[in-house]
Amino acid sequence: MSRAVEEFNRRLLRARDAMDRTYAQPLDVPALARIAHVSEAHFSRSFRATFGETPHRYLQRRRVERAMFLLRETDRSVTEICFDVGFTSLGTFSRTYNEIVGQTPTAYRDRTEALPAPTCFTMAWTRPSSFGEAAARNGK
Amino acid sequence: MLNSINISHVFVLDQDEALEFYVGKLGLEVSADMDLGFMRWLTVRVPGDPGRDILLEKPGPPAMDEATAAQVRQLVTKGATGFTVGFTTDDCRKTYETLKARGVEFTQEPTEQSYGIDVGLRDPFGNHLRIVQLAAQPRAVAERAIKR
Repeated sequence: MSRAVEEFNRRLLRARDAMDRTYAQPLDVPALARIAHVSEAHFSRSFRATFGETPHRYLQRRRVERAMFLLRETDRSVTEICFDVGFTSLGTFSRTYNEIVGQTPTAYRDRTEALPAPTCFTMAWTRPSSFGEAAARNGK
Repeated sequence: MLNSINISHVFVLDQDEALEFYVGKLGLEVSADMDLGFMRWLTVRVPGDPGRDILLEKPGPPAMDEATAAQVRQLVTKGATGFTVGFTTDDCRKTYETLKARGVEFTQEPTEQSYGIDVGLRDPFGNHLRIVQLAAQPRAVAERAIKR
């Protein structure tokens, strides 16, 4: 029983790694479900049960985290960054960014400096959270 | 006080499979493989770097009860054990191509960083490893900040 769960976790992790690698491409649930060896119908539910959020939300946070990185470390325009990280409309990007980060891309860029940390850590640790602690930190 | 790190550990789910990966694919060498009776003491190291071993440790009784070991295995397979080991290389892109051809799973392709070029990968169990080709001189990380 336990072995089956572990193998299932590992396959879902493989699918999540694929999302992290190809974050700028559209969410391809059929391809991810194939990597995880589950049906498309089961993929989202299983992903959420394992990692605590839907694949869609995970990918949104991944893209927003990359956008935050590009805003901090480069001089690319907000519009360029929107398309760089996989959004297809500036409106959706701005709305999603604002909802997740709590400020606009431009405001974030103006108030932030580059971080001297490896990408893997900024990827994991500066990714805006769905799990509530940011709101708790802000006293909300 | 302390001089150096001589050993650290990675939890693995199967020590033979771990050898296939860490030795067979990554190219490490076995530094010790001993049956202590209560455990198989299995360590590997980078060839040419004898001062630092990695213990490939299997979670389980009697060190921990089976239920706890199952929790450890859950965390490893979810990728929740965090960053485990970082290696250096002289040529990150070439190493990446070599390991990719051997079927190693990468989480991040070669990427230019302020400190060099690095890649992220997983062992067969879910542990996150990294390989970096360190820059001769770390680039200033706050170029944008300085400009402003």
